[in-house]
Amino acid sequence: MNNPFSLEGKTLLVTGSSSNIGRKIAIRCAEMGAKIIVVARDEERMKATVADLAGNGHQYYAVDLSNAESIANLAEVLPVLDGVVLCAARFDSTPVKNIKRELVQDMFNTNTFANFDLIQKLLKKKKINKGGSIVFISSVASMRPYKGNSLYSATKGAINSFSKVLATELGSQRIRVNCVHPGIVPRDGGVREGALTVEQQREEMAKFPLGMGETDDIAYASVYLLSDVSKWVTGIDLIVDGGQSLI
Amino acid sequence: MTLDEFVKAFAAEFDDTPEETFKPETHYRELDEWGSLVALSIISMVDDEMDKRVTGADLRNCTTIEELYNLVESK
Ligand SMILES: NC(=O)c1ccc[n+]([C@@H]2O[C@H](COP(=O)([O-])OP(=O)(O)OC[C@H]3O[C@@H](n4cnc5c(N)ncnc54)[C@H](OP(=O)(O)O)[C@@H]3O)[C@@H](O)[C@H]2O)c1
Repeated sequence: MNNPFSLEGKTLLVTGSSSNIGRKIAIRCAEMGAKIIVVARDEERMKATVADLAGNGHQYYAVDLSNAESIANLAEVLPVLDGVVLCAARFDSTPVKNIKRELVQDMFNTNTFANFDLIQKLLKKKKINKGGSIVFISSVASMRPYKGNSLYSATKGAINSFSKVLATELGSQRIRVNCVHPGIVPRDGGVREGALTVEQQREEMAKFPLGMGETDDIAYASVYLLSDVSKWVTGIDLIVDGGQSLI
Repeated sequence: MTLDEFVKAFAAEFDDTPEETFKPETHYRELDEWGSLVALSIISMVDDEMDKRVTGADLRNCTTIEELYNLVESK
């Protein structure tokens, strides 16, 4: 049977694919037939991701994306791509009055500037094929305010605006640019203890109209945007949050 | 950081509660101003000033400021 969501013959870069959502995106895309290039810092966890990918011909590169030079080197060695998923990011929940300049810098370096830089270099080197798809993993937090999220929300908000302009610039090459906005999903391997206790996080997620989601929900939304079924879709904000942003 | 310094730093994260309210034996979660935002401030204060990580669960499991201080010191 012809699968309209097939990614057969496509080479995809997935940043932040050493864990959780990025890892699941890589896994589901490989199942759909794509060759995956895994990028993150932790080599052992990237090897584990690659080992879980269906098919062969996948690769990984250990890169610290908060470093401009590393990004330039990466863009140099990458092959021509049919899709890019920008999923690497760090979270932070410091209230505004406790924020320090170094934190601002690091949050924007990792979550925002790294993505701007990488895309600029890939385009300059003509490493994104015509008909390709760029997917930014943003967040519901870029649209809704949650106490403590100021920097995280701002880094993602910048991504949202950037992606819309990029979509207009790349339309003539039929390269599509879209954002996926995940709601809070439990990490594969359990919820991470942070500012909220595990129990509090589960209580919050249980309040969503559709209850708790999973990393697969984000992964399949990405498959849709990377496959040719969405060939007339660009500049959208695909919210995948079980209704979190409605409440 | 000494216990006294910790109590002072802890108090400084509050905006409405007078500083004299804060003693090592204060039950901080019973203060009117206690809530998720102050909790986040305490987490970042401990990170900045003591280079230690406390979690929301730690804050819920301790009762007095001294207990929290001892927990942080033991990390
Ligand atoms: N989980 C959620 O509930 C949720 C909700 C909304 C949006 N999101 C977004 O979804 C994406 C994935 O979230 P997640 O929960 O899967 O996060 P995660 O488990 O913390 O994974 C983050 C990924 O980014 C990589 N990364 C971080 N800093 C990096 C750097 N400087 N250089 C290279 N790679 C770096 C990490 O790999 P290394 O540590 O190996 O470098 C890891 O693979 C993020 O963009 C996040 O903002 C998540």
